[in-house]
Amino acid sequence: MEKAKAPLLEMRNIKKDFFGNQVLNDINLTLQEGDVLGLCGENGAGKSTLMKILFGMDVIRETGGYSGDILLNGEKVNFSTPFEALEAGIGMVHQEFSLIPGFTATENIVLNREPMKKNVLSEIFSDRMNTLDRKEMSGIAENSIERMGFKIDQNMTISNMPVGHKQFTEIARELSKKQLRLLILDEPTAVLTEKEAEALLDSIRAMSAKGIAVVFITHRLHEILSVCNKVVVMRDGLVVSDVPAKDTTVEEITRWMVGRSVNAGSVNTDARDKKDAKTIMSIRKLWVDMPGEIVRNVNLDIKEGEILGIGGLAGQGKLGIPNGIMGLCDAGGTVEFDGEKIPLNSPRSCLDKNIAFVSEDRRGVGLLLGESLEWNVAFPAMQVQNKFLKSYLGGLIKWRDEKAIHEITQKYIDEFQIKCTSSRQDAKELSGGNQQKVCLAKAFALEPKFLFVSEPTRGIDVGAKSLVLEALKKFNRESGVTVVIISSELEELRQTCDRIAIVSGGKIAGILPATASSEDFGMLMISQVK
Amino acid sequence: MNEQAKKTQSFGETLHGFVQSFGLPRLIIAGFLLLLFVMAPVVGADFFTQLTNTVNRFSWNAVMVLAMVPMIHSGCGLNFGLPLGIISGLLGATIAIELGITGGLTFFAAILIATPFALVFGTFYGWLLNKIKGGEMMIATYVGFSSVSFMCMMWLLLPYHSPNMVWGLAGKGLRTTISLEGYYDKVLANFLQINIGNLSIPVGTLLFFAILAFLMWAFLHTKTGTAMTAVGSNPEFAKAAGVNVDKMRLLSVIMSTWLAAVGILVYEQGFGFVQLYMAPFNMALPAVSAILIGGATVNKASIPNVIIGTFLFQGIVTMTPTVMNSMIHMDMSEVIRVIASNGMILYALTRKTEATK
Repeated sequence: MEKAKAPLLEMRNIKKDFFGNQVLNDINLTLQEGDVLGLCGENGAGKSTLMKILFGMDVIRETGGYSGDILLNGEKVNFSTPFEALEAGIGMVHQEFSLIPGFTATENIVLNREPMKKNVLSEIFSDRMNTLDRKEMSGIAENSIERMGFKIDQNMTISNMPVGHKQFTEIARELSKKQLRLLILDEPTAVLTEKEAEALLDSIRAMSAKGIAVVFITHRLHEILSVCNKVVVMRDGLVVSDVPAKDTTVEEITRWMVGRSVNAGSVNTDARDKKDAKTIMSIRKLWVDMPGEIVRNVNLDIKEGEILGIGGLAGQGKLGIPNGIMGLCDAGGTVEFDGEKIPLNSPRSCLDKNIAFVSEDRRGVGLLLGESLEWNVAFPAMQVQNKFLKSYLGGLIKWRDEKAIHEITQKYIDEFQIKCTSSRQDAKELSGGNQQKVCLAKAFALEPKFLFVSEPTRGIDVGAKSLVLEALKKFNRESGVTVVIISSELEELRQTCDRIAIVSGGKIAGILPATASSEDFGMLMISQVK
Repeated sequence: MNEQAKKTQSFGETLHGFVQSFGLPRLIIAGFLLLLFVMAPVVGADFFTQLTNTVNRFSWNAVMVLAMVPMIHSGCGLNFGLPLGIISGLLGATIAIELGITGGLTFFAAILIATPFALVFGTFYGWLLNKIKGGEMMIATYVGFSSVSFMCMMWLLLPYHSPNMVWGLAGKGLRTTISLEGYYDKVLANFLQINIGNLSIPVGTLLFFAILAFLMWAFLHTKTGTAMTAVGSNPEFAKAAGVNVDKMRLLSVIMSTWLAAVGILVYEQGFGFVQLYMAPFNMALPAVSAILIGGATVNKASIPNVIIGTFLFQGIVTMTPTVMNSMIHMDMSEVIRVIASNGMILYALTRKTEATK
């Protein structure tokens, strides 16, 4: 009997192209009630696009629509707006948050579906004069937070929440919809701590038990294996495999994703001991006022030519260190570089000393989204070092050298295998991994002596990840550049760095060689958590 | 057959691409303007006279539209505070006349005298806009309004004495309209003017605009110009790349204010009169709508946007009343002018929403 029933969701021969760039090719998917489907693939493989089609997002229609059929319970549907998708019982939690920062969790959860109270005015005029039923609202919110199984403060405004809680608010919002039958989670765990991620997986299991189907997109493959009953791997717009989760392994999925085998989890084999090298940067009593990543008192010596990793749990202040030194957040203390003191709160003076920074906030700080790749790559070097300029009238006129800009961009496009239609494509049209590569190219074009790289692999896929890390290593080895990598992923740091400093409670809790055991690092991470 | 299908598809795509890049609204407006030009001879208005009018009005207004460009590039939005720059220009013009300079030379003297005013006003205005990032356009509007009102008093109080400018009976206070005959009336327009039958082209004015437009284009290709564009595109990125964001914004506002000052002088030399008091009030909106119609958005603008926009806007404003009047034999020119130009602004403001990042 069960078999005869039409599947909850069926996608047949889905095709889609952006500006002539084929991103999806003949995608077929089926999903039964209560299924948890793990969807994985490299950045730019087409996962997000596929989900956007399913959810009827505007971008799809604006860029020429798609071909193929989507069947919901055996009926063909074609959502032209997300509202229709919502109506049909599809919920989506986006990679980027769609919450109102000034509203509380409760208000966000029931937004636009608030229970109303009648009053005199609404009797006379219309329902538009109804007032909100606050009590009922908080009841709904409480209920859905409970169903989710992770406690968040429903009266806290979104702008005050840590990222993880924002993510849970989004999930709670979807759960509060009664008609919900299919929930799409687009990389929900990317911003979560381990404990939060575990809670999320639990709530996915609970949803599945209630018959809600879940599409779970993530780069953390072990999560897929632990929660999904089905794995679909995409590569370059194709489904390369569609198997039950119990029949596969992380290694196998990784191999499918990149089309080659990746040696994951190994420790940096050529970690060096630079004890005798001179100290190139010495940080004393550094404090940084970065929201959510406050640095209280950091003392750190960085040796010339090494790769130093800075790790630690989210919110402990590791991101504040580079942002403070580079002048993007208010900071105090002393930082000496090459024997000279660097004035803080002045991005320019760091850049003038040949210190470069790749920000963790790619879209906010890292890129000119509306400009070409050429501009993105060449701009800082042009402004700081007068590169890619032709001088006329004795330097009075500094003219942009388009040819040189094109050449340098092309060089990095080839070197980092950036997927784009041309070096003149707008940065916003690239996928996350490729955008990250552009950010790196931007920093490399500065030919720095010292490079801060903040969360270089956040939200990017395995293939791009190893490429980025290798590029950093190569840059360090070949040009002798001192590199400081700040990352939440300890394994990555251990693969790449010589030494790893762990930040906890806004201070350096300790520095260990990359070869130290995970347990030692773990102890340091939680040593001073407040 | 497949090839055939591909061909049609690619033709359709090209057409689509063209419409996309040129913008459907602009195509419609251009089409409407073309229709007006075709209609003109039919309803009895001389085609070449109409064309002359349009080109003339284009040449008067183009510099003021160009003044929009730097502030759009630096992310300060549309310069609704254009009247501030215009006032600098008016001060330049009136002081030049007051000093007794006559003939074409007054024009250049006026630019020279207007420059320090534009620099000072622009600096103040830019400083103000740096204090209220995010609400530039609203504040700009009020800067424009209040400066116009303030100058309404000053035009009366400032110690002007030239009999060509002050009220005849009182002997003090400037008149609302001052004729430029004997000063710089048509000084640019008459330079190298081409006259063929009813068609006359003010080559000098167009050249003057071309030079300024070229300088602006060149500026945007320099290091500083690139930094300005980046500041408008993403101020955080620019800051992280060591650019002084506030300085770039200030520079753009000063440039815009100076261009507005020059723009009004160019306008006056074509129009033949200096208009004081409330006149600058009505200058900002047409310039804003012109550049938006030209395809600019709140944070992107180019020289072609300026040229196309000014031509379309001025074309419609000039042609609609003439053609309509001839058709319905009634003088409705003022009514139609107001409807047409305000309709434009309304349309232009709806375009603004498309400019989100």
